[in-house]
Amino acid sequence: MISHIDLKKYAKNLRKTILNTAYKAGSKSAHIGGALSSADIISVLFGKVMNFDKENRDYQKRDRFILSKGHACLAYYAGLLEKGFFSQEELNTFEEDGSNFLGHPVMNKNLGIEFSTGSLGMGLSIGIGLALASKKKKIDFKTFVLLGDGECNEGSVWEAAMCAPNLKIENLVAIIDKNKFQQTGTNSEIMNVDPLDEKWSTFGWNVSSINGNDVLALADYFDNIDYKKPNLLIANTTKGKGFKFSENNNAWHHGVLSKKIYEDALDEIEK
Amino acid sequence: MKLKNKMKFNEKDIKTWSLIGQRATFGLRALELVKKNNNFIILTSDVSTSAGLDRFRKTFPSNYVDVGIAEQNLIGVASGLASENFKVFTTTFAPFQTLRCCEQIKVNLGYMKKNVTMVGLASGLALGPLGFTHACIEDVGVIRSIPNITIISPADCFELVKTLEALMNYEKPCYVRLTGGSNNPRVYNSDYKFEIGKSVELKSGNEFTLFCTGPTVYNCLEAAKILEEKNVSVSVVNIHTIKPIDEKIILEKIKINKNIFTVEEHNIVGGLGSAVAEVMSSNFNNCKLIRLGIDDLYPRGGSQKYLQDLYGLSIDKIVYKVLKQKEIL
Repeated sequence: MISHIDLKKYAKNLRKTILNTAYKAGSKSAHIGGALSSADIISVLFGKVMNFDKENRDYQKRDRFILSKGHACLAYYAGLLEKGFFSQEELNTFEEDGSNFLGHPVMNKNLGIEFSTGSLGMGLSIGIGLALASKKKKIDFKTFVLLGDGECNEGSVWEAAMCAPNLKIENLVAIIDKNKFQQTGTNSEIMNVDPLDEKWSTFGWNVSSINGNDVLALADYFDNIDYKKPNLLIANTTKGKGFKFSENNNAWHHGVLSKKIYEDALDEIEK
Repeated sequence: MKLKNKMKFNEKDIKTWSLIGQRATFGLRALELVKKNNNFIILTSDVSTSAGLDRFRKTFPSNYVDVGIAEQNLIGVASGLASENFKVFTTTFAPFQTLRCCEQIKVNLGYMKKNVTMVGLASGLALGPLGFTHACIEDVGVIRSIPNITIISPADCFELVKTLEALMNYEKPCYVRLTGGSNNPRVYNSDYKFEIGKSVELKSGNEFTLFCTGPTVYNCLEAAKILEEKNVSVSVVNIHTIKPIDEKIILEKIKINKNIFTVEEHNIVGGLGSAVAEVMSSNFNNCKLIRLGIDDLYPRGGSQKYLQDLYGLSIDKIVYKVLKQKEIL
């Protein structure tokens, strides 16, 4: 069983990979802010909660993960790297010509990437399909879908939100990485999505809200989920979490790391 | 082509299907398909009655999922189920089945190649009296531009039955375009060999070729009979699979004909006419292509018969268009 100290280290490793890969991408640029806000959620899911591994890629009872906010792929790739699905060397091809690791995930079972995502608002519907399949086949697995708060602007998110309780889906957990920003501003500046908790609970979800950058709180949440309804976690996070240059600075939604920023950030993470 | 020693489908059934139309035939046959494959699931957007699926819904509730009037979610849920090896069909009226959720189709069926069959109800001009929110002349063009999706437009109810049967063992994403209303004219009166991607020459002739699909196949056959009486020799080819298109027959026909017609209940942009034009333009030929369909506009509403007549798709108008070409040959 992974300890809480290990989870913190896990999340630190993810942030290092995100930084290294973004720096490697150079002028091709990378979505940094939303990957860093999601890093702790993915660390706890991949490091502790979810049952899946590279040796048993087709294991029917493996838990399923969908990165509906596909632009946070650097956190996803970093999590899969930590689980040994591929090497750092392979990941270093990020956004290169013909790479398996593009700026939005491309389905590749060998690499542990279950679905192609990136167009917002699509992941939760797929998750409902998976959860329904688990019930129908009587094969017990859980489905976790990670969405963004900006993504909740998409109408299709609400089609899915309405659908899951109606179909009596229980084995599904949606997590909203609520970093309070979207591409060109804060949620409230662009399109207010609040109150997310009331909206989702009115739709019939079991809603919780915690600090989404606190691995202990996240681990505690996932350990104690009551799978009687579809569950929604509002993970309150900081966009760009982990580094001075990026925290709550929406310029890093998508950007190019300079050598200086990169080296300073590496120093910061080791302290 | 008749199949010997195979009496799987009798004439009475074929007549019944024709009488009830393609939508009801789909619902009726679904009752048989699920008996052969318990992994068969139909997802709808609140159209069980329109798709003839009321009996299916009541008899096989665990094989039926209604996601409400939410087509984007429909495709996503279908994709999730298909990922877990369910044999998934989705269905709703053609515009909502294809255009409303177009990007979900692109990502799930096109990009990820999820094995989902979409059944578009009452496409073409059948819903003309309801207006062009419901009549559908764009679906083939839109779906054709997305890689990896097969498009089938059955000529009659029996061909729909053959299509559904073939799709049960088909591992690729597919769009099935249902057309016409009840009293769907019969093109096939007995069993024949149906193969996805392979067109059927229903009548041979050496002067003109009519490439047709869906509800225009019957009209073209009837037109060809009239033309025969006028000593005009016309070949009628049922292109039931619009994508991937049967290039072989097009290449054969452009060698021997100077005039090729495409006849479809679809916009002349993007549909069968465009698909045939693409093949012709990539191969040497000395042929003129005349595309009959809706002339890239939204017509005033009206019955299928009225609209077919207005856009040169009725039997008489097809005869007229061919004769007109003959005069200028």
